[in-house]
Amino acid sequence: MIKINNISKSYKNRKESVPALRGVSFSVKKGELFGLIGPDGAGKTSLLRILTTLLLPDSGTAILNGFDTVKDYKSIRQITGYMPGKFSLYQDLSVEENLEFFATIFKTTIQANYHLIKDIYGQIEPFKTRKTGKLSGGMKQKLALSCALIHKPEILLLDEPTTGVDVVSRKEFWQMLQRLKEQGLTILVATPYMDEAVLCDRVALMQDGRILDIDTPARLIEKNGHDMLAVKAQDMYNLLLTLRECEAVESAFLFGEYYHVTLAKEAGKNFDLLKWLAGKNHQQAEIKSIRPGIEDIFMNLMQNHPHAS
Amino acid sequence: MQAETSIINATQLTKTFGDFTAVDAISFEVKKGEIFGFLGANGAGKTTAMRMLCGLILPTSGKATVAGFDVFKQSESIKQNIGYMSQKFSLYEDLTVKENMRLFGGIYGMGIKAIKEKMALILHELDLRKEQNTLVKSLPLGWKQKLAFSVAIFHEPPIVFLDEPTGGVDPVTRREFWELIYRSAHSGTTIFVTTHYMDEAEYCNRVCIMVDGKIEALDTPTALRKEFNTESMEGVFLQLARRATRTGD
Repeated sequence: MIKINNISKSYKNRKESVPALRGVSFSVKKGELFGLIGPDGAGKTSLLRILTTLLLPDSGTAILNGFDTVKDYKSIRQITGYMPGKFSLYQDLSVEENLEFFATIFKTTIQANYHLIKDIYGQIEPFKTRKTGKLSGGMKQKLALSCALIHKPEILLLDEPTTGVDVVSRKEFWQMLQRLKEQGLTILVATPYMDEAVLCDRVALMQDGRILDIDTPARLIEKNGHDMLAVKAQDMYNLLLTLRECEAVESAFLFGEYYHVTLAKEAGKNFDLLKWLAGKNHQQAEIKSIRPGIEDIFMNLMQNHPHAS
Repeated sequence: MQAETSIINATQLTKTFGDFTAVDAISFEVKKGEIFGFLGANGAGKTTAMRMLCGLILPTSGKATVAGFDVFKQSESIKQNIGYMSQKFSLYEDLTVKENMRLFGGIYGMGIKAIKEKMALILHELDLRKEQNTLVKSLPLGWKQKLAFSVAIFHEPPIVFLDEPTGGVDPVTRREFWELIYRSAHSGTTIFVTTHYMDEAEYCNRVCIMVDGKIEALDTPTALRKEFNTESMEGVFLQLARRATRTGD
């Protein structure tokens, strides 16, 4: 399991100190698939780099399966597998050479742990003599995951493994994570994709170096969810301008073919939006009530915690 | 007639690399003022098609005009008459907000006075006046993306190409970005956009989906959902993309 206790980290930018993590604490249970969800700059990468012993925290501690990230960094490196956000395998080595390299530095062999990666590596094995730099995005991602698993880690730390990857490959990747979880691995994965949050056992929503909330996706929605409306009309651009000028509307955001609208607490009570829109030249407007999704929740939380900097 | 209403006209446009056909005889048109979504899995041929339309690589065969210019013979005129923004490269990180705008305005041959006016307008619209002398590298990603879009249409081109403009951006900023797109389309700019976010496909007037170098679907999101009998564009995309036999980028 992972125990993160009050970790803070700042970077120096000229004379200014820029906080990346502001007292982050949470735990990930053994065998859990845990998502770290948040925008660019939330602190996800800093936290993962501290957990992988690549970065020292200014204060606070992190314990991974009993090992301290600072004192026991060598043991941590043995028990964790890490996939950095930036593709970091050797582009001029072949697929097989990269895997061999990572196996060797952990004093093992591809043969010894082949069963761990068979599912994933099997898909790219036909291309094992190809230079890694010549692989497609989806294949690079599978190789990087294979290399992170080859030394039989107990904990897997993944930094935005699916950014820039198409929907089909993303779906496959998450199926692989599910299978690894079933084999008992503890997985901490950072992602900017809200639709991936619902595939995690629990998620931490992060912004500006802080945790906004931690829970199962279902409970996050239940706790923070409020009634919302989905609205659409012929002229979507003017509809948005109209919604924005309406005092009873607290927020309106694009969501697929609709706008998701939250009515203001006071001004929105018993407000007839449809009638109001009709008076503003949106006679064809269509309104339905909806249950908010995880993305609505996150946007709502972000709005209520405006940027600190 | 057609020349008046369409801004991109492609007929049997093809690009091969050796014996690999990256783009396989695609034909389509994009109407003026439209938001046109260009989707496909990694390796479907989107980037190659887009690079041909932007005048960056020559097609192997077929025909295409962009903003009235021929992709074979007038690629330089195309480059001057389009805007382009990609997730990977768009602004110079070690120049300030203002310097980037001056640079791109200058490259597109705008006069100092026009550049100054446009700069003031954008700084106001994006609420960036306080940051005008900040280096682009120290801006948050979301601001960078919005600024990059404004710089891509700085010279007021009739069409702008956006290559995955919102990758890795938070959901609020992603929507603010699309509101900029809407605003720009509303004032007449044609938007040609690629994305991996399926909800963003819904924001387009029409969507084209490429599979293995060919266009497998092209219609409004509503019509596509109906045709594929599914509730979301993700459903449409998954049905089509699973037909792909190619792997690779």
